[in-house]
Amino acid sequence: MQNLKYARARDIDEAARLLAEGGPTARVLAGGTDVIVQARERKRQVGLFVDIKKIAAVQELRYDAAAGLTVGAATPCYRIYEDDVVQRLYPALVEATSVVGGTAIQGRASLGGNLCNSSPAADTVPAMIALDADVSIAGPGGGRRTVAAADFCTGPGQNVLAQGEFVVSILFPPPAAGSGAAWERFIPRNEMDIAVANAASYLLIEGGSVSAARIAIGAVAPTALLLDDAAAALVGKPLSDETIAAAAVAAKTAARPIDDMRGSIKQRRHLAGVLVERTLCLAAERAEGGRP
Amino acid sequence: MSDRIVITATINGEATEFLADERDSLLEALRERLGLTGVKEGCNNGNCGACAITLDGRLVNSCCVMAAEVEGAAVMTVEGIAPDGLHPLQQVFLEDAALQCGICTPGFLVAAKALLDRNASPTEHEVRFWLAGNLCRCTGYDKIVTAVLRAAATMRGAPA
Repeated sequence: MQNLKYARARDIDEAARLLAEGGPTARVLAGGTDVIVQARERKRQVGLFVDIKKIAAVQELRYDAAAGLTVGAATPCYRIYEDDVVQRLYPALVEATSVVGGTAIQGRASLGGNLCNSSPAADTVPAMIALDADVSIAGPGGGRRTVAAADFCTGPGQNVLAQGEFVVSILFPPPAAGSGAAWERFIPRNEMDIAVANAASYLLIEGGSVSAARIAIGAVAPTALLLDDAAAALVGKPLSDETIAAAAVAAKTAARPIDDMRGSIKQRRHLAGVLVERTLCLAAERAEGGRP
Repeated sequence: MSDRIVITATINGEATEFLADERDSLLEALRERLGLTGVKEGCNNGNCGACAITLDGRLVNSCCVMAAEVEGAAVMTVEGIAPDGLHPLQQVFLEDAALQCGICTPGFLVAAKALLDRNASPTEHEVRFWLAGNLCRCTGYDKIVTAVLRAAATMRGAPA
């Protein structure tokens, strides 16, 4: 391991101060499942780990019918998918968090970490985008700002955080009556793998027509993509095989995948369409189920 | 140089104070500072589960935890899963030869115990899904899964 220091922050201000003092090589430590490995393998230069897990706000998991769901940046995946309210109201989030790595990874890995690691294949990011989540960010000098999850990642390993900023929590709006969402991914085995492609869809169905749609795909571009054209193919019409197929075509058109050890361009483009179709069908079923 | 730090934690049920390097992973501290060599280093990057332990009761990979993080926490390694004699999982792994080279075995035992502590009657699918983060490069998975199911039955008092 490279030479590094460790500090534990007890509140947001202390974390901001420690990050400012640590300079450019100070890194936030939440679940550590990515950043500790990157520090060890010298993929990131780390002079100081600022452990934020003792800060109450980053461990939150709280639902309010008006404000929606607040998930602390370091709240581990298992707490999210084991939560009764999340299971009832945000099944897409359960689907995404319950297959991040294996059980031992889910004991530590978090939504905040998945966002900040900014892998193009991050499993929970398309779910956060489709569910229209906002990311609450703290910075030096008591600064706070909010960025849409869809705008957070800017490239592989890159995001909107300025030096000294860190994610405090992720906020999900309360699900509207008549809405449904779903998340799926393709991997060659059944679990414990990195996505070849993944997708999440959200539908709001009112009076037999789709009145809103948010569709996101991951692992098929430098960042997860929010697909405006795919949503436009659905909105204002009753959901049908034809509109779903049109959304899938839009997803395949928007995908800009690469060839790598996990999959080819052709396979990933195909998968983007298939996963959008499947998540739309499941989201529609859930919307018709009359939740919440 | 990184500094030496004093860490106080409950290790396998005992209040323990130990010195570690500030940059030690928990895996390094357990093996090299505390002599708990049942915790194995496999991949050292979170993929293989050979270093699996429980941290405050939750299954984690100790290679992906900094030693400094466990201040005040409870850590359990394979050395602590059965204070007296063998845990039923260890007994069944031995009787049914659910191991080949054995490097992955401590991680499997800790992970399987964490499952059975939550779910006394897991299905084969649940066992396989829970243990997906534990890799056996001898590929002896069937015997491991069967042993976990039989240990669960034994612990429930069902005929094995």
